Amino acid sequence: MTNITLTVNGKSVSRDIPDETLLSEFLREHLRLTGTHVGCDTSQCGACVVHVDGKAAKSCTTLAVALDGAQVTTIEGLANGDLHPMQEAFTEHHGLQCGFCTPGMIMASVDIVNRYKAEGRTLTEKAIRHELEGNICRCTGYHNIVKAVESAAAKM
Amino acid sequence: MSTGIGARVPRKEDKRFITGKGRYTDDIRTDNQAYAAFVRSPHAHARIASIDTSDALAMDGVIDVLNGKQLTGDGIGNIICGWAVTSKDGSPMNMGAWSALATEKVRYVGDAVAVVIAETQAQARIAAEAVVVDYDMLPAVATADKALADGAPQIHDNAPGNLIYDWEIGDAAATDAALAGAAHVTEMALTNNRLSPNPMEPRSAVATYDTAEDHYTLYTTSQNPHVARLVLSAFYNVAPEHKLRVIAPDVGGGFGAKIYIYPEEITCLWASMKTQRSVKWTSDRSEAFLTDAHGRDHISTAKMGFDADGKVVGLKVDTIANFGAYMSLFSSAVPTYLYATLLSGQYDIANIHCNVRGVYTNTVPVDAYRGAGRPEACYLIERMMETAAREMGKDPAELRRANFVRSFPHETPVIMTYDSGDFGANLDQAMQAADVAGFATRKAEAASRGKLRGIGYSSYIEACGIAPSAAVGSLGAGVGLWESAEVRVNPVGTIEVLTGSHSHGQGHETTFAQIVAERFGIPIENVSIVHGDTDKVQFGMGTYGSRSGAVGMSAIVKAMDKVEAKVKKIAAHVLEASEADIVIEGGEVKVAGTDKAMAWHEVGLSAYTAHNLPPDMEPGLKEGAFYDPSNFTFPAGTYICEVEVDPETGVTEIVQFTASDDFGTIINPMIVEGQVHGGIAQGVGQAMLEQVVYDDEGQLITGSYMDYAMPRAADLPSYGVHHASTVCPGNPLGIKGCGEAGAIGTPPAVINAITDAIGNNNLAMPATPQAVWKALQAAN
Ligand code: FES
Ligand code: FES
Repeated sequence: MTNITLTVNGKSVSRDIPDETLLSEFLREHLRLTGTHVGCDTSQCGACVVHVDGKAAKSCTTLAVALDGAQVTTIEGLANGDLHPMQEAFTEHHGLQCGFCTPGMIMASVDIVNRYKAEGRTLTEKAIRHELEGNICRCTGYHNIVKAVESAAAKM
Repeated sequence: MSTGIGARVPRKEDKRFITGKGRYTDDIRTDNQAYAAFVRSPHAHARIASIDTSDALAMDGVIDVLNGKQLTGDGIGNIICGWAVTSKDGSPMNMGAWSALATEKVRYVGDAVAVVIAETQAQARIAAEAVVVDYDMLPAVATADKALADGAPQIHDNAPGNLIYDWEIGDAAATDAALAGAAHVTEMALTNNRLSPNPMEPRSAVATYDTAEDHYTLYTTSQNPHVARLVLSAFYNVAPEHKLRVIAPDVGGGFGAKIYIYPEEITCLWASMKTQRSVKWTSDRSEAFLTDAHGRDHISTAKMGFDADGKVVGLKVDTIANFGAYMSLFSSAVPTYLYATLLSGQYDIANIHCNVRGVYTNTVPVDAYRGAGRPEACYLIERMMETAAREMGKDPAELRRANFVRSFPHETPVIMTYDSGDFGANLDQAMQAADVAGFATRKAEAASRGKLRGIGYSSYIEACGIAPSAAVGSLGAGVGLWESAEVRVNPVGTIEVLTGSHSHGQGHETTFAQIVAERFGIPIENVSIVHGDTDKVQFGMGTYGSRSGAVGMSAIVKAMDKVEAKVKKIAAHVLEASEADIVIEGGEVKVAGTDKAMAWHEVGLSAYTAHNLPPDMEPGLKEGAFYDPSNFTFPAGTYICEVEVDPETGVTEIVQFTASDDFGTIINPMIVEGQVHGGIAQGVGQAMLEQVVYDDEGQLITGSYMDYAMPRAADLPSYGVHHASTVCPGNPLGIKGCGEAGAIGTPPAVINAITDAIGNNNLAMPATPQAVWKALQAAN
């Protein structure tokens, strides 16, 4: 057991947790933030993506004990009360069907847009498709996800 | 903004999904939660000599370890296949026993032999590894052709030679004669590759037993919670239906894999009673590959004969279908009534014969996966058509056109009656949108960059909206395939619709609300759709086979007809007018041609206050209906794929994909297009990426996303999706269904395009860069 204190969605939380606890498990089981999903066991699908200190991370392959003092943002905390432009774009462009991949897709997409903006690069359709490499969606065929990211990028 | 039929209404359900507030089965945790972990066979075929649970039982947090003898001893029934298919010699199919926890033998890697129930998931998993099972190994067989060979390992005692059935449809002698007289015969051997459905949400179950009420509650990842309850009650003897509530909350995709009632749900229910704890199990992805029903896996040979004018005169097909180790719920129907009955495609073919052998192997059970039988039929016909065109030097589009069915209803020689369609219109629309006329220029331009550009067609048809209950009953189905709905108008005029359809991505909460809002002229926000809970919805057959529009919404229409009739009676009475003069319009119920009107909610209120109702009328405003379809529906269309192949590496890029579909009436084009996109992606997955691989010992090689290639964003193009529709005459809204078209129509279009590009027709799915490169070398 290790005690960790970190900030999750703007609130400070402190817990004693077994050392092997994954961040996904910490969020889902300890904090009951079930918006972060687990879709695989090989770090391939991206359903579990959250932001750690402002950058996208796969919570299924991140140990919670390593995050003492970190700032974690999950889908529940992406926009407080309102909708983030990326969330709005996903619904406007029908970028989701079953919704299971969606939290990870949105968190990954926000990170993609942030990175491209910070580096002053243009986010083309091809770049979006390439950047979404680590996120699998079985429902949408990606067409509308790509449109949603393009549209949100213009607004962010 | 219009929210009625044909409007692109944003989805009502989205808010919870984009904010992380969806409620999936694994999100549910009860007060009394314990966790299950299954002990699974590492061998494909073995006898269970002994199971030693003593170490596991002594471990931290372990509550109990249960096995198959205890399960069957408690009277839990074997898992069944619900569709009886009869062999051509009249004998019944050979269904081998399938116990939720194996008792004597294991028959595939992943077959469950015991379950550990513990305080935490981690404790359960660790203890499961400490259960010692002593196996006597048996030889195994993984492919259907090898399982049929002399001397193959015998998997079930009651299925000699591993044969489940030997079935046929059509007239063999007439087809042989037609082929003998044909001017040209195209012959092919075709394999339809084995796939894993892979909905992104892994299966999960939370089972709770209430000792005081002797009542069970099961939260589960199901496409059809009522069917689950029916089967759990009637066949598996878990509990009678009134003592079992099944809830399928938000479900993260299904694609067929979540139709079936698997060993894990049965075991969790039973274990919750045994341990008096709420028992939860959630599959991880590795377990999903090992246990979710797979799809496809056909090996076929076919001959298609043409007369001198290029008219098809006969089609003869022989197919072996791999069923895996046990017969799953609808498995028997997939390679027979969902496959061979569609072998006429869009074409007027006088003579068709198909023979199908269903075969046991030591692999995961195989059942319906998006399209279920129809992708296999479409792939066969459309590969044959394209190949025949090449062999005869004809234009592939024009060869198709010359053979299209043109008048409806059209009865095929394989028992389907096509009700409507305009196949030429879809072909024309697709050719225009794809700019087929400009293909030669694009090909030359690609060649200047060193790329090989190819074009491929697929004109698909499918049978959806399953299905007329009496018809499927006569073919062996164990259930009726109607749908039910209840429309409840509240005293304030808002409406709840209870439906037996289940939404796990299809957007029913929006689409279904659209038809209600339009019919009664009320805001769409005032309509909510209730589904997925056997305590709320009386009954339902669930969602698969593109049936929720054609069958589910038809039931809602029938219930709305009854509501409308009662509303008109109430209004006529209150407004002192004739019932025939009452119209419902713009949120009002009025007397046509006058200014006499009641607001919609006033009618609702009148129905419940019951102060001034017509004599003998019951209070309240709630009507239910069951809708049983009169025929299948027949969505159809043409897909055109263009690819560029890099001859150095075999890497293939889909540079253009065009779809023209006839889905009948479209309620929400945005949602329908989304269904097509997703279907095309799965079709491209089958054609270019996905393949379940077992080795000769029956070990699963593709057990994770490291080995099983799921389509990702960069593997896929943007799609051009178009509609040229004819109205379905068989149901009140004219809907044909759209859920499976993409997965059905896409694979042959892709393979036809790649083989066109590389000039070698001998290419199997999945067309990986390596396979394409090899085929290219063979061609040169
Ligand atoms: S759950 Fe983290 S990548 Fe799949
Ligand atoms: S919306 Fe279902 S997996 Fe992406």
